Amino acid sequence: MSIQLEREYNYAFLDEGSKKEIRRSTLKAVAIPGYQVPFASREMPIGRGWGTGGLQLTLSLIGDEDSLKVIDQGHDDSVNAVSIKRLVESCSNVTTTDDSEHATVIQTRHRVPEIPLRDDQILVLQVPLPEPLRRTEAKEKVTKRLHAEMDYSSIWLRLYEDIVKWKKITIGADYPSMVHHRYIINPSPIPRYDVPKLHQAEGLYLFGAGREKKIYAIPPYTDVEPLEFLDYSFEVENFEHFTCHLCGCTDSFLDEIYDAKTGEKIYQCSDTGYCNTRQREREAL
Amino acid sequence: MVVTSATYMEEQPMLSVRNLNKRYGQGCKHCETPEMLPVNSNRCSHCGSVWACIDVGMDLYKGEIIGIVGESGSGKSSLVKSLYFDEEIASGTATISDYKGGEADIFSVSAQQKRYIRNYLMGMVYQNPWMGLKMSFSSGGNIAEKLIAAGTYHVGNIRDRASELLNHVEIPISRMDELPENFSGGMQQRVQISKALANNPPVLLLDEVTTGLDLSVQARVLDLIRKIQREFGVGMIVVSHDLGVIRMLADRTMVMRYGRVVEQGLTDQILEDPGHAYTQQLVHSLL
Repeated sequence: MSIQLEREYNYAFLDEGSKKEIRRSTLKAVAIPGYQVPFASREMPIGRGWGTGGLQLTLSLIGDEDSLKVIDQGHDDSVNAVSIKRLVESCSNVTTTDDSEHATVIQTRHRVPEIPLRDDQILVLQVPLPEPLRRTEAKEKVTKRLHAEMDYSSIWLRLYEDIVKWKKITIGADYPSMVHHRYIINPSPIPRYDVPKLHQAEGLYLFGAGREKKIYAIPPYTDVEPLEFLDYSFEVENFEHFTCHLCGCTDSFLDEIYDAKTGEKIYQCSDTGYCNTRQREREAL
Repeated sequence: MVVTSATYMEEQPMLSVRNLNKRYGQGCKHCETPEMLPVNSNRCSHCGSVWACIDVGMDLYKGEIIGIVGESGSGKSSLVKSLYFDEEIASGTATISDYKGGEADIFSVSAQQKRYIRNYLMGMVYQNPWMGLKMSFSSGGNIAEKLIAAGTYHVGNIRDRASELLNHVEIPISRMDELPENFSGGMQQRVQISKALANNPPVLLLDEVTTGLDLSVQARVLDLIRKIQREFGVGMIVVSHDLGVIRMLADRTMVMRYGRVVEQGLTDQILEDPGHAYTQQLVHSLL
């Protein structure tokens, strides 16, 4: 399979012209933090909505010396993550890893790894809906004008309505956040728990929406502020009284699962790479 | 010098519109300027473009209500929509005197400044509440939108102000968190009015606010507009094709036809002693 692809496809699947165009859009996105840069999203050998935006970014960024990690909702071994890893392996010489520490490029969906990014790492997030104004405004022409005029009152209004209805902000994922005091972004459907990790981070965050044909970025050391009212502040999920049943971790984002045999509710780390490392460390002790 | 009956008239008009032209359509060599059109039409017979407003000028003073009357298609709504930036004008100026301590032509300022004018200096009430309100958000939320746009990010303060405004327009506070689509037409108009007043704008534009409402509801809305004008001292431009509404509200009246102002003056004078043939026809066509 690998030999066949090597012969029939360009290095890292995309042709050089496409990669150049994506890199140019990426550079523009880095230059204007939070601004959605349109790009000519290519047809990929995976379905739209399965991470084509993230994959195009990854393929245009990786080189022989890179090490790639792909995670899907925190899991290294989910079908989507494994398929993407196999595709990249088969059309490039890039090595893949499950260890966040060793990866130079991490492609992810729905989670940011527990271990903070270093300045030599890039996190590529797959984004289904890049436009934070889309829920209240259907027309692209209008949302562009609203971004240009910094008119985000409809996003704030959504938070207000939430507070009126539920006495708190109930947005669980894709929490609208202000980047560099200018653009409000949808930080892809990561949980609220992960949003503070974007603020003044050392690594580069890239967001790719293949279906919507948009790329945006949060460069290192950029301010990212989740929206909050003066009397209703932003809060992350609280796992204070829960522990991962595998590694005993108390300070990571936990998944709530039911034991198939006992029917008991248990918790385990959402980031499996982080959890495995902790388990190994525990065993070594 | 424009004569007005407003007792608290100041010499400097709050809003001064000059030579406002608004065209729908691309235009052609036969209608490059509105002067090229015949007097009894505002539509180009060659390309079909319509000059909705031709050389319109007026002055609005503090606390004054100007009524604009005319038949359908005479350019009344286009005029107020242009002043609220809903429509792009072809040419003209509109100078607002209360602009950050000075005065400014609202059509020549930047997009962000236009947004400032829409949020702070002007309020608009549309004929159709669906244009002025977001029906998927609560009535309190609709008022909140204006307050947030003006920089209020405190839910408690927003709700206090929304309660105050809804109370003013006689909508029960208990219904503040209901969707406006559950309200009657009159109530929707009153929510629109409270939204328009959220940031105490000095100018309020009302486009056929009583059209489609039954007579008793109309009377309540008109009373409310009078009350607001008295209490807030807001300058208003009221568009209506109903001369009864104009008689009740307006200090001065402007009559429009084919996009042109054919006559303007004190409301009593216009309605009792119309000078222009069209105004005479309009006044005498009352059922």
